[in-house]
Amino acid sequence: MAENQSSVVSAKKLGLTFETSDGPVHALSNVDLEVKKGDFVSFIGPSGCGKTTFLRVIADLEKATSGEITVNGMSPEEARKSRSYGYVFQAPALYPWRTIEKNIALPLEIMGYSAADRASRIERTLDLVNLAGFGKKYPWQLSGGMQQRASIARALAFDADLLLMDEPFGALDEIVRDHLNEQLLKLWARTEKTICFVTHSIPEAVYLSTKIVVMSPRPGRVTDVIESTLPKERPLEIRETPEFLEIAHRVREGLRAGHSYEE
Amino acid sequence: MKPDTLRDRIIPVLTILLVIVTIWYVGAYFMNAPFQRDLDRRGNVTSTTMEFIGKTMSQPKPILPAPHQVVSNFVENTFMRSVTSNRSLVYHAWVTLSSTVAGFTFGTLLGILIAVGIVHVKALDRSLMPWIIASQTIPILAIAPMVIVVLGAINITGLIPKAIISTYLSFFPVAVGMVKGLRSPELIQLDLMRTYHASAAQTFWKLRVPASIPFLFTSMKVAIAASLVGAIVGELPTGAVAGIGSKLLAGAYYSQTIDIWSALIAGSVLAALLVTIVGIIAKIVDRAMGGRPA
Repeated sequence: MAENQSSVVSAKKLGLTFETSDGPVHALSNVDLEVKKGDFVSFIGPSGCGKTTFLRVIADLEKATSGEITVNGMSPEEARKSRSYGYVFQAPALYPWRTIEKNIALPLEIMGYSAADRASRIERTLDLVNLAGFGKKYPWQLSGGMQQRASIARALAFDADLLLMDEPFGALDEIVRDHLNEQLLKLWARTEKTICFVTHSIPEAVYLSTKIVVMSPRPGRVTDVIESTLPKERPLEIRETPEFLEIAHRVREGLRAGHSYEE
Repeated sequence: MKPDTLRDRIIPVLTILLVIVTIWYVGAYFMNAPFQRDLDRRGNVTSTTMEFIGKTMSQPKPILPAPHQVVSNFVENTFMRSVTSNRSLVYHAWVTLSSTVAGFTFGTLLGILIAVGIVHVKALDRSLMPWIIASQTIPILAIAPMVIVVLGAINITGLIPKAIISTYLSFFPVAVGMVKGLRSPELIQLDLMRTYHASAAQTFWKLRVPASIPFLFTSMKVAIAASLVGAIVGELPTGAVAGIGSKLLAGAYYSQTIDIWSALIAGSVLAALLVTIVGIIAKIVDRAMGGRPA
């Protein structure tokens, strides 16, 4: 990949401190990170390491208290207001009173897309997440994995080339998760989006990413950034190869190093 | 297991009904016996126990009428009379119903308006709620005559004063329920709207309003029953000529206890009907909004 790729997310000495009654909590401290266009970046670390907080700062759901961050060259607030990203939460957060297609239409309605445009986008994104034919169903009629796919379709429906995903498959069982990981990679290849993906699963991070950001808690900080050497084409079996295991080993070492001072 | 309507619903309800009717008959005997004994002694009448029991159940102005007396009075005044006659319970129920529905409609709208204000305006959130709660601690029986008298002084009589009392009682459950309903969306659903840079109006119409609908119907069920109470109470102090309340009052004046009880029954039937109608509408709306069949 070329060196002159444009930067999508760029953070310099980023810090975020929550003021609580027990004193300040340093959720993020001195985070430096570059996410390039087309990257698939995973954030991995134990709970409390600030990986979700960092994603929320990119999305302007939290404000950084120090340092600088730009998203598509803008401040996160400007980026949010120009609808530059789609966000997938830990839970599907589908509105139970809307059918799947109406749920996907929600951002489109808010952003003022025409009815005809909405219909074609709904069809295209349902197809992307393999839910064609389920548009008229209500969320409760779908399994957990299907609901999460619908929420991904919702995030893909409008023209944002950055996808922020916060442990989207965390609540699903491993078989479903493997399947969705495989689909997500295909979807990433087809749409050429930039993806920031929070997870606490080492195999998931290694399997999906072009870049793995290892984080550690108290204060939340980046301890290692690993550029994956795996090819872009990744069948599930790649997880048995020595190359894969080597990267997984390095991630595990990074997590352990971050943890060494406690317990 | 398949739900069995007969076993799960009808039999339990009938059992309780049977218990109530039995207690009622026993009560009627003991309440009316002293008067009957007095009457028999003065008239020098001697009767067998069965005859005596029969007489306690058929007095024209008993202290406690027996169920069958109430039922026959109720049936007679509901089905046997022209609905325009002022002895018809249907006529009186209709008068009460119209002010109930008017008051309920205003109360629901007012309640929703207050809830929207409380949810969206911080100053209202802090200032209004204590007053709303205080308003409901004042006994309605103290307020109702004043409303009627004050409005009567400026020549507003009839339906409107009664509807205002109904409004006063019914806005409260709706306001409280809707505040809860409009605040029911989870943080994650609100965050989602924020990521779309949705306006406050969009968040309100596309998220808060649909999320509040179940809360609205629950509070409307309480509100409609309260409205009916308000309308009946509103008919008491005015010496109104029509309505369930006036029927109760007239019965009390002339010791027509059977009339009082059958008017009470008419009131309960009306309440049950109204609550059921709201319940049915709630179910239809829930289905239309993708509710999972129970």
